[in-house]
Amino acid sequence: MAHRHSRPKFESWGRYPSLSATVVPLHWPSDFPLPPAKEASPLEDQRSKTATSAPPRMLPVGMGRSYGDVCLIADGTLLNTRGLDRFQSFDEESGILRCEAGVTLDEILRFCIPRGWFLPVTPGTRYVTVGGAIANDVHGKNHQVAGTFGRYVRSLELARSDGSRFVCSRDRNMEWFRATVAGMGLTGLIVSAEIQLRAIVSPLVKSEVSQFHGIDQFLELSLARQSSEYSIGWMDSTATGRKFARGVFMTAAHSQEPAKLTTHKSRSCSVPFDLPGLALNRASVGAFNALYFHSHRTRQKPRLLNYDSFFYPMDRIRHWNRLYGKRGFVQFHCVLPRVADQLAPLQLLKAISAARLTSFLAVIKDFGDAISPGMMSFPMPGISLALDFPIRGEETFDLMDRLARITAEHGGRVYPAKDTRMTPTQFQNFYPQWQQFAPYVDPAFSSNFWERVTARG
Amino acid sequence: MADSRSGPALPSRILVLGATSGIATAVMRLLAARGANFFLVARDPQKLTAVEMDLRTRGAASVESRVADLDNTSDHPGLLADAASSLGVIDLAFLAHGVLGDQKEGESSYTAAAAVLQTNLLSAVSLITWLANYFQATKQGTLAVLSSVAGDRGRRSNYIYGASKAGLNVFLDGVRNRIDRSGVHVLTIRPGYVATPMTAHIEPNLLFVAPQHAATLILRAIAKRKDIAYVPRFWAAIMLAVRSVPESIFKKLNY
Ligand SMILES: Cc1cc2nc3c(=O)[nH]c(=O)nc-3n(C[C@H](O)[C@H](O)[C@H](O)COP(=O)(O)OP(=O)(O)OC[C@H]3O[C@@H](n4cnc5c(N)ncnc54)[C@H](O)[C@@H]3O)c2cc1C
Ligand SMILES: NC(=O)c1ccc[n+]([C@@H]2O[C@H](COP(=O)([O-])OP(=O)(O)OC[C@H]3O[C@@H](n4cnc5c(N)ncnc54)[C@H](OP(=O)(O)O)[C@@H]3O)[C@@H](O)[C@H]2O)c1
Repeated sequence: MAHRHSRPKFESWGRYPSLSATVVPLHWPSDFPLPPAKEASPLEDQRSKTATSAPPRMLPVGMGRSYGDVCLIADGTLLNTRGLDRFQSFDEESGILRCEAGVTLDEILRFCIPRGWFLPVTPGTRYVTVGGAIANDVHGKNHQVAGTFGRYVRSLELARSDGSRFVCSRDRNMEWFRATVAGMGLTGLIVSAEIQLRAIVSPLVKSEVSQFHGIDQFLELSLARQSSEYSIGWMDSTATGRKFARGVFMTAAHSQEPAKLTTHKSRSCSVPFDLPGLALNRASVGAFNALYFHSHRTRQKPRLLNYDSFFYPMDRIRHWNRLYGKRGFVQFHCVLPRVADQLAPLQLLKAISAARLTSFLAVIKDFGDAISPGMMSFPMPGISLALDFPIRGEETFDLMDRLARITAEHGGRVYPAKDTRMTPTQFQNFYPQWQQFAPYVDPAFSSNFWERVTARG
Repeated sequence: MADSRSGPALPSRILVLGATSGIATAVMRLLAARGANFFLVARDPQKLTAVEMDLRTRGAASVESRVADLDNTSDHPGLLADAASSLGVIDLAFLAHGVLGDQKEGESSYTAAAAVLQTNLLSAVSLITWLANYFQATKQGTLAVLSSVAGDRGRRSNYIYGASKAGLNVFLDGVRNRIDRSGVHVLTIRPGYVATPMTAHIEPNLLFVAPQHAATLILRAIAKRKDIAYVPRFWAAIMLAVRSVPESIFKKLNY
């Protein structure tokens, strides 16, 4: 039986907003739906006196690696899915893995690399769950050739609050599959999934680095290296004048030379406590960005890297979100359609420099044409830009609003997994299909994100 | 696929009683990765199937399983004989089943208190009796039992559970004293707080450890043929301090 207990605060990766919710750990697929509330522990009873007859509002949560409020529900019930961490089957011939939804990508890597398999798509951190990766239909550095995570989900088991439970795939309950991939946890609990992994013969990747100056050069590089399996750009958003929009472009491919298949973790460290909010100021971040730029000179010869230093550089610093201090930070992540001129990204970058707000390296990535399988999937062909900003108060939020407006004017869209700010109008323009999606939302499920972007008036 | 990491010799034919326990599954995952053979016993068929699939996928050489409510001690001899013949030889018998019970209810209901003693103590006594004789006859094997730090001293907040574990501790001490000389390893495991379904209703605190961490420590205690293992070790110091408080003072504490 699932137990509940209250926790005063629950935060997503950006640590903003900070909300309270009741957390119910799920340990077994049969723990959902939850038993009727009268079985709740005494701890819960004291709290719930105020919130009597309101209908239940719950939301599954994985590792909480979303930045904003898609994984939050103020005064509701968070279903912590990490206890659903069992593997169900693995076919060594075909690379098809079946597992419960709370298994993390880290656990999958440790399991599959020694067996000669790798994730088909991975975000920039391996500390996310399978359920979270599906619910945001995450993308990785191979989007231009591979598309999103959801494309490799062969099927999933969905459990609804009314007690129904069914398998969805491209041929069974197809509409439910389309709604649940990128469904932001709203269509029900993903209990388990079947995923197609990709074969490797080595844990190493062959990586190349080039510097670029300006968005045009980035796009030229992207185009020239279109066939490389992985590619990503890091841009110095603090540089101005001649250095404006300079950056480092990296590509990589899995090494084809057979090598011992071992998992690898670079030495890691941890940020033990919140840094004072001002530690990341324009000078320190600018210096960091410049250092990063200059330490990645264009190299003629490719280098062999361990997979984790290419895919997961941030995972080396545990709790790096504490660098931003107690007030937390926000990420702005958008995709802009590809057009002849590069007006839109330029306008975004200009708005950022004008606001004089500091951001660590911006991530710039060319999305490919692969069709995303989810109704509400974020990726579409175009250029994607992601930037983090420490929360300094209204000026940060004003900038976020300005960036969302520029994105809207140019026919782009903002990524819900990272968002805390978009307005109902913006969301509904970015995702006009939301009305087809809404009927699939479980009546007992909701999130702060969903309540915000569907609010009327 | 067997993991080729070298380490201390670990058992490979394993009987698990209460195989759906959070602590037990974490231990068994580590052994499955090394290609162990399992005979699993648990009372909930759905959960048992989930654990069985997990261990198979993680590399277990073979997994047999049986559904049984271990409170029914009369089934034990048949069950254990089946396990022994299915595994060939039992290298490790791991007892993990247990209940926390409802202390408040037990304070006024003998039936509720007796149910805790039935599961945690009497059913364990029945299983251990058969297993001790089996191991003594085969002159080998490890008998590892999940007890608890709660058995080290009676406290107002959980003395029924504590009494069941205290009884278990003394019983195991005696069994060890009897069969250790036959080459049988008897291990009493005394965990503190481990984050499993049993403790899910307790507000997490700094003393909690993840079952994966507890599992590593338990395997080490098995490999090193320890008699009593506090998990983690700092609980040995805590319980030493707790035991050293005179009863005249302890009885007044709200601990
Ligand atoms: C350092 C870093 C790098 C990142 N890089 C990328 C990137 O490159 N590409 C990218 O796309 N994203 C990226 N992200 C974002 C991250 O991949 C997504 O937010 C992901 O969804 C987080 O997974 P989670 O397990 O933490 O889920 P949570 O954040 O806990 O939840 C995410 C959503 O999934 C839902 N959910 C979780 N489990 C279930 C379930 N079992 N059933 C139904 N719904 C469920 C939740 O309700 C919520 O809506 C990055 C994040 C960080 C911190
Ligand atoms: N977690 C801790 O902090 C902690 C601390 C000290 C000691 N321990 C001890 O460690 C052991 C394992 O506990 P855990 O933490 O892993 O908790 P758990 O996951 O709740 O495991 C307890 C297991 O015992 C099973 N069980 C209970 N009664 C049974 C019966 N009559 N027949 C068969 N199986 C029965 C339960 O089966 P169901 O799943 O079907 O209910 C469950 O799988 C217990 O003995 C516990 O006392 C735990």
